[in-house]
Amino acid sequence: MRLHEYQAKSVFSDGGIPIPPSGLANSIETVLEETNRIGYPTVIKAQVHVGGRGKAGGIALVHNDEEAELAASKIIGMDLKGYFVYEVLVEQAIDFIDEIYLGITLDRSSGMPVAMVSSQGGVDIEQVASSTPEAISKTYIDPLLGLSNSQAKTAVSDAGISPTLTDQVAHILLSLYNIWETSDATEAEINPLMVSKNGGVIATDAVLNIEDDALFRQPELADLRDTRNNNELESKANLYGFNYVRLDGNIGIIGNGAGLVMTTLDLVDHYGGKPANFLDIGGGANSDRVENALDILFEDENVDSILFNIFGGITRGDEVARGINDALDNFDALPKPIVVRLDGTNAQEGMEILNTDHLSVESTLESAVQRAIALASKGGN
Amino acid sequence: MSILVNKDTRIIVQGITGSQGAFHTEQMINYGANVVAGVVPGKGGSDFNGIPVYDTVNTAMEEHDATASVVFVPPAFAADAILEAFDATLDLVVAITEGIPSHDMMKVNFSIPPGTRLLGPNCPGILTPGETKLGILPGDIFTPGPVGLVSRSGTLTYQIASNLTNSHLGQTTVVGIGGDPIIGTNFIDCLELFEADPDTKVVVMCGEIGGEDEEQAADFIKENMDTPVVGFIAGRTAPPGKRMGHAGAIVSGTGTGTAQSKIMALENAGASVGKTPSEVTNCVKEFL
Repeated sequence: MRLHEYQAKSVFSDGGIPIPPSGLANSIETVLEETNRIGYPTVIKAQVHVGGRGKAGGIALVHNDEEAELAASKIIGMDLKGYFVYEVLVEQAIDFIDEIYLGITLDRSSGMPVAMVSSQGGVDIEQVASSTPEAISKTYIDPLLGLSNSQAKTAVSDAGISPTLTDQVAHILLSLYNIWETSDATEAEINPLMVSKNGGVIATDAVLNIEDDALFRQPELADLRDTRNNNELESKANLYGFNYVRLDGNIGIIGNGAGLVMTTLDLVDHYGGKPANFLDIGGGANSDRVENALDILFEDENVDSILFNIFGGITRGDEVARGINDALDNFDALPKPIVVRLDGTNAQEGMEILNTDHLSVESTLESAVQRAIALASKGGN
Repeated sequence: MSILVNKDTRIIVQGITGSQGAFHTEQMINYGANVVAGVVPGKGGSDFNGIPVYDTVNTAMEEHDATASVVFVPPAFAADAILEAFDATLDLVVAITEGIPSHDMMKVNFSIPPGTRLLGPNCPGILTPGETKLGILPGDIFTPGPVGLVSRSGTLTYQIASNLTNSHLGQTTVVGIGGDPIIGTNFIDCLELFEADPDTKVVVMCGEIGGEDEEQAADFIKENMDTPVVGFIAGRTAPPGKRMGHAGAIVSGTGTGTAQSKIMALENAGASVGKTPSEVTNCVKEFL
C-alpha cells in the first residue's frame, strides 16, 4: 500500500525526521490560506500515487497569491497520468545548496534490508544507479540486529557526503530505518533530503510503501488507504477478496492459483489474443465465488469472451462444475460467451455435469484458449 | 529414491485442529504420510483422529522423534510457530501459510539453525509419489518416476505434474518452494538435491516473474548440473508494477524480474524452456 507524500511526511516527522512547514488543501481558497500561513515562496504539490509528478505538471513553485491561485486552479482537479488530483500539499520552499538521497528497501536476493545513500539526490535514483553506480552506497542490514550507528555513518561517508554532514545525515538514516521497520514498510525513501544554506538538512519529499500482508497489524496506517482513484472493477474485486489485475485486452480470464492464471494469460497472448484481466478465484470455486467473479467480468465492457480455467486439486472438478452451474442459474441471461476448461481431480465427471446450454466446454488448455479468442473476435454477444 | 522426504519421514502438524490443518492432515494420512503428532497451544493432551496433540513442538518431541513439521498456522502467528519448530531442531519445516509479513520472514530466515531446512512459506508443500506428502498437494495426480519437479506455484505445478503423469512420466519428488519474496529453500537448493539423486533423470523447474532466483538458478545449472533441466516461466504478459497474485510475482517498475530475462538465462544455461505446459512434457520426453 502506497501512502501519499503528506501521509508519509507525517509518519517521518513523528519518527524524528525534519520536514518543512506544510498544510493540505483541496481548493484555491484553502491553498491561499496555507500559502499565507506558511509564507512565500511556496511549493504546491499534487497528492497522487504516481511518480514523476513534477514533469507531468503536478508541482509548482509560487511566489505570490496570483501565482498560487493560478497553480492551484491548474493542479487541483487535473488528470495526472490517469489519476485525479483531489488534494495538494502546500509547503514552504527550501533554499538549498545540495540534495541527498536516502532509501531503505528489502533486497529479495539476500533477504535483507538494504540502506542506500547517494550524494546525488533530487533525481531518479535508478538513473544514478545506471549512470554512476559509485555515487550510491549500499549497506546490507542484518534484520535481527537492525542498522547500527557505525554502519549508518559509514554508509553516509561512503556516498561521498561532506564530513560536516555525516552525523546529521546518519541520524536521519537511522530514523528512516526505524520507521521502515516499525511500519512494516517495503520502501522508505527521502529524495531529496535538502541541505540548506545554513547547513541544516530537511526532507522535502517522502515515499513510504507498506506491505499489504502486514496491514492487519498496522491499523493506523491501513486507515490511510486512499481508494478514490481506484478502478471500480478493482475495488469490487478487492471487496470479493480476489487477486485481480485489469489489463487492456478483451479476453476475460478466471482461474485458480497465481501461476496457472499467469500461464493462462500467457497462452492467450501466445495464440494471438489479448487478456483483459488476471483473476485468481482461489481455492474452492464454489457457486458464490464463481458468481462474484463472473459479476466483475460481465461488468467489464472491454471483455468480449470469458475463459474459465480451473485445475481441480483438493477441490474436485465435479464440485467446481456444480459451483459454475449454480452460479450461472443466478443470471437470467449471459451477456458474454463463456468457455470452461476443467482439469485435474474428477475433471471428466465435472465436464459431464456442466450445463452446456450456457457455455462451451473444452478439454485442453490450448483448445480452450483458442475457443475463447475465436468467440471474442466474433464480437462477443 | 527421492529428495528430502520419504515414507520414513515422521511428521508433526502445527495447527492440526484449524480448518486447513485438520482437512489436510486427513488428506496427508490418506496418502500414507506418517503423522506422529499435532501441536496446538492450549489443546495439549487432546487428540485429533487418534493423533496426540501437544501444546508445544518441544513437548511433542519428548514423546515422538519427529523429523519434520508442517505449519498450518495463520499469518499473524506463523513466524512464531516456525521459530518454535526451529528450536526443536527438526530436519525440515514446511510452512504452508500464505500472507506472513516479509519483515517476519526476514528474521525467520536469519534464525534457521544448522541442520534444519525451511520450505516455503506460501507453498503447497512437498510430495514423494507413493510415499508421503507434507502439505496440500492433491495426491492423485502424481505417480512415481524419474522426473524431479520444483516450482514457485501451486496449481501450475499440479497442471504440469498432471500432464507428465498422463504421459506416463512419473516423479521422484515434487517440491513447491512458494510464491513469496522471502522464502527458505530456493531453486538452487532443490536443483542441487535433484542433481545428487541418482533416480532423478530430468528436472522440471517452474519459475515465474519477480526477483532473480531463476537467473541465479540458471548460473547454477550452467556450472554444476549434468542432469538435464526443463524450464517453464509464467508471467510473460504481466505488466510492470502489478502484483500477479503471489506476493513475489511482480515485475519491478524498472523492469527487473521479467519472464524474458529468466527464459533467456535458462536457455543460455543449456536448459530447454517450454512455452506452454504441454511443451514442457514434450521437452521432458526428449531426455528420457
